[in-house]
Amino acid sequence: MTEYGPLPDGGRPMARYIRHARAFCALLLAALLANAARVQVVRSHEYDGNTANRRAAIARYQQPRGNILVDGRPVTGSVDTGEQLRYERSYADGPLYAPVTGFASQRYGTTFLEHTEDGLLSGTDPLLRPLPLWSDVSRARGRGGDVVTTLNRRAQEAAYRGLAGRKGAVAAVEPATGRILALVTSPSYDPSELSGNSEAVVSAWDRLNHDPEKPMLNRAVRQTYPPGSTFKVVTAAAALDAGVVTDLDERTDSPDPYRLPGTTTRLTNEGDGCADASVRDAFEWSCNTVFAKLGVDVGVRDMVATAQAFGFNDTEVRIPFSVAPSTFDPHVDRAQLALSSIGQYNTRATPLQMAMVAAAVADGGVLRPPYLVERTTRHGGALLSGSGARPGRQVMRPATAARLAELMAGVVQEGTGTNAALPGVLVGGKTGTAQHGVGNTGVPYAWFVSWAQSEDAPEPEVAVAVVVEDAAADRGEISGGGTAAPIAKEVMRAVLGG
Amino acid sequence: MTKAGSTLEAATAPVRAVRLPRRRGVELSLLVLAVLLSVYGYCAVGLARSGTVPPGAVGYGAGLGVLALFAHIAVRIRAPYADPLPLPIGVLLNGLGLVLIYRLDLETPGDRAAPTQLVWSTLGVGLFIGVVLVLRDHRTLQRYAYVCVVAALVLLALPILFPAVNGARIWIRIAGFSIQPGEFAKVLLAVFFAAYLAANRSALAYTGRRLWRLQFPTGRVLGPILTIWLVSVGVLVLERDLGTSLLFFGLFVVLLYVATGRTGWIAVGLLLAVLGAVAVGRLEPHVGGRIEDWLHPFATIDAGQGPNQLAQSLFAFAAGGILGTGLGLGHSTLIGFATKSDFILATAGEELGLAGLAAIVLLYALLVERGYRAGLALREPFGRLLAVGLASIVALQVFVIAGGVTGLIPLTGMAMPFLAQGGSSVVTNWAIVALLVRVSDSARSQYDGREAP
Repeated sequence: MTEYGPLPDGGRPMARYIRHARAFCALLLAALLANAARVQVVRSHEYDGNTANRRAAIARYQQPRGNILVDGRPVTGSVDTGEQLRYERSYADGPLYAPVTGFASQRYGTTFLEHTEDGLLSGTDPLLRPLPLWSDVSRARGRGGDVVTTLNRRAQEAAYRGLAGRKGAVAAVEPATGRILALVTSPSYDPSELSGNSEAVVSAWDRLNHDPEKPMLNRAVRQTYPPGSTFKVVTAAAALDAGVVTDLDERTDSPDPYRLPGTTTRLTNEGDGCADASVRDAFEWSCNTVFAKLGVDVGVRDMVATAQAFGFNDTEVRIPFSVAPSTFDPHVDRAQLALSSIGQYNTRATPLQMAMVAAAVADGGVLRPPYLVERTTRHGGALLSGSGARPGRQVMRPATAARLAELMAGVVQEGTGTNAALPGVLVGGKTGTAQHGVGNTGVPYAWFVSWAQSEDAPEPEVAVAVVVEDAAADRGEISGGGTAAPIAKEVMRAVLGG
Repeated sequence: MTKAGSTLEAATAPVRAVRLPRRRGVELSLLVLAVLLSVYGYCAVGLARSGTVPPGAVGYGAGLGVLALFAHIAVRIRAPYADPLPLPIGVLLNGLGLVLIYRLDLETPGDRAAPTQLVWSTLGVGLFIGVVLVLRDHRTLQRYAYVCVVAALVLLALPILFPAVNGARIWIRIAGFSIQPGEFAKVLLAVFFAAYLAANRSALAYTGRRLWRLQFPTGRVLGPILTIWLVSVGVLVLERDLGTSLLFFGLFVVLLYVATGRTGWIAVGLLLAVLGAVAVGRLEPHVGGRIEDWLHPFATIDAGQGPNQLAQSLFAFAAGGILGTGLGLGHSTLIGFATKSDFILATAGEELGLAGLAAIVLLYALLVERGYRAGLALREPFGRLLAVGLASIVALQVFVIAGGVTGLIPLTGMAMPFLAQGGSSVVTNWAIVALLVRVSDSARSQYDGREAP
């Protein structure tokens, strides 16, 4: 029997096989643990981040979202739906503040302040954690913080009311700080329509995106327009800084009509009396011929330098969400430069950019980067971070700014902008009418940029830019002063507390 | 021959020099700990969900405590030398399972499974007490080996007469109760395998031819193993129950190896298992799909159909990380169907983390080890094989289902012992623990000073 190997009977040999089987079972369970460690530790981040994993979304909507405040009052809220993605965003005056708040949708993500401040609002911002290490262990998600904006409720309402549903936008800033006081787009939409995850949200999304009026387009910061005559402020600044013009009242050598250099195209004016007009008269009555020639006289290098100092061609503007770059083409011939200098050809600006131009004039030539977030706080109000104010930069000589302010005040006192005059307030402005479309067949844009200073105030308190896309059908009437200036006036009045 | 061997051994065994301590006090302390841990879990769920201790906490603790106490008294009376660990481990796992099911019930107010599971757990503990009180000596079972195998085959065949549920034909429904007869068959087959192999292991071990270093069995003794293999494949094909067939086959191969020590059996077993798996995987779309899911758990996500159950299960485990989200605070219900049964471990993994999962696996490992320890201490082959078989059932079952839900092996529908919702399973597991207690009592009371149990 021994030739077949050891006897499996009698205890010991079988005990060996039992130990083998036991080792096998131990191996199985050890493999389980090793694999569990692989899934739960090594690859957990990959699985947690999988787009099909709903846990991140569930955690995100598990608690009320922080609020966005205007004048100390929240313009947002959170609704407990009791569903898996529990809290949905709600908006008070949604259309009014849509270009500032953006939307916070469970299906379509976030935009504007809801997007740039999302970490704070949703509670994931590391700043919100009182005890970082313990929070990692306990997995407690901080309650979302609040965003206090720089907006002025009355100015915002005045702008929205003034646009009255017409296509257009308003931007208002405080010249001395860069605080954005109003940011309005029209027509607008109610972002609460997009908050949830339901079929209604999908259909609202489709409807808004296919609406020819483009209600979700933020015209104040994401749409550029040919600035037209309002750009003459920039051209005048360049001419004064470059010394091309020394005396505002000296007659210029400007023919009417003006033949664009190197072409046979003749540039004309809407009114009379522009031939050889002084810069002051030409500014007050918005003579295209004078400023086109002025731009050519300044030259492309100085024009570009001044425009860029005001913020043109800057792709990095953040308020904190990004602003579409306004453009002034540095590669132009003299004829194109002539047109660019009166805000035509391919010069384009956002309403916010033109408000910055007016603000720089009002602030003695210093441009303060505009910002929307005054401060952020914890839920309950404890300060987290201060304002988004950044140092200003001198974009023109103070003397130039003072003379431009004088010119702009003249426009409102006795020029094209008398519609913006406020009793007892020093108001400076500039009208504009920009043509667009093939052969200028498009509905013109009516522009008005301005600033205002109360009698007892040390410096201007507000600078505004208004653009209205589809103003009255009557083209003669649409000279900025007719449709845009009254809106600017109401916004300035609201800021000044009139 | 077997009988002669054991008689001889008994006659020549040295007189017991030492009596092992009974350790009933240890068992009682551990039982108190197990009940307290379960009640703590129950309260933790309530505190996390609603901020209050759930109203049923006292009742739940009292119920579990009374069950544990009765089981303990039964052990004290009839199995005073029994290993003190299996019973507390069973109570703790069962209690934890009830906590997890109760926690998942909160997400499905219309479908409460915990009360039913509590009834089944009571029945299970009742069976435990019955087995401990009635079965005075496990060797009695040897006499009923062929009754056991016939009963097992009948139980396995029964569900074929009933309609398939969720793609698998493993349930029978009687008077509103779903019963999985295959669960009971496991214990019966373990008894049969142990008895058959104890009686025939010499024939199996000493015949056959040697090929390279493996000793292969002859055709005559190959018959039984082929029969079992066919039964396993039959279960798989007719009932689409991959897990159970894998368990039966694994159990048989382990016991065959322990009985004979012939590596050839393992080679034959693995070969047959691979053949069966490949053939069925090709022929059965249900099984083939499982393998496909295992290889590419995120394929449905890439196809835009959203995550499948396995992907959701992996997400749940991953969300748990090392320390877990805390009881009641996870989202394992995203798995959807079978969260309380096959995928119950995902809830444990998410809410208790790798730490909790490791603790649970170690509890199973401890239970398995105590079974093997009893097997090593016993001197007669039937008891040894029975202990090894019962312990291996637990180990294999835990591996098959836990490996399935964590993506280690293809997913097969199976109940996590004690944790998962399922009456048949919990009753069967209590029977296994009862038999382990009985076997360990024999081992420890007959301690001969050689192999410490």
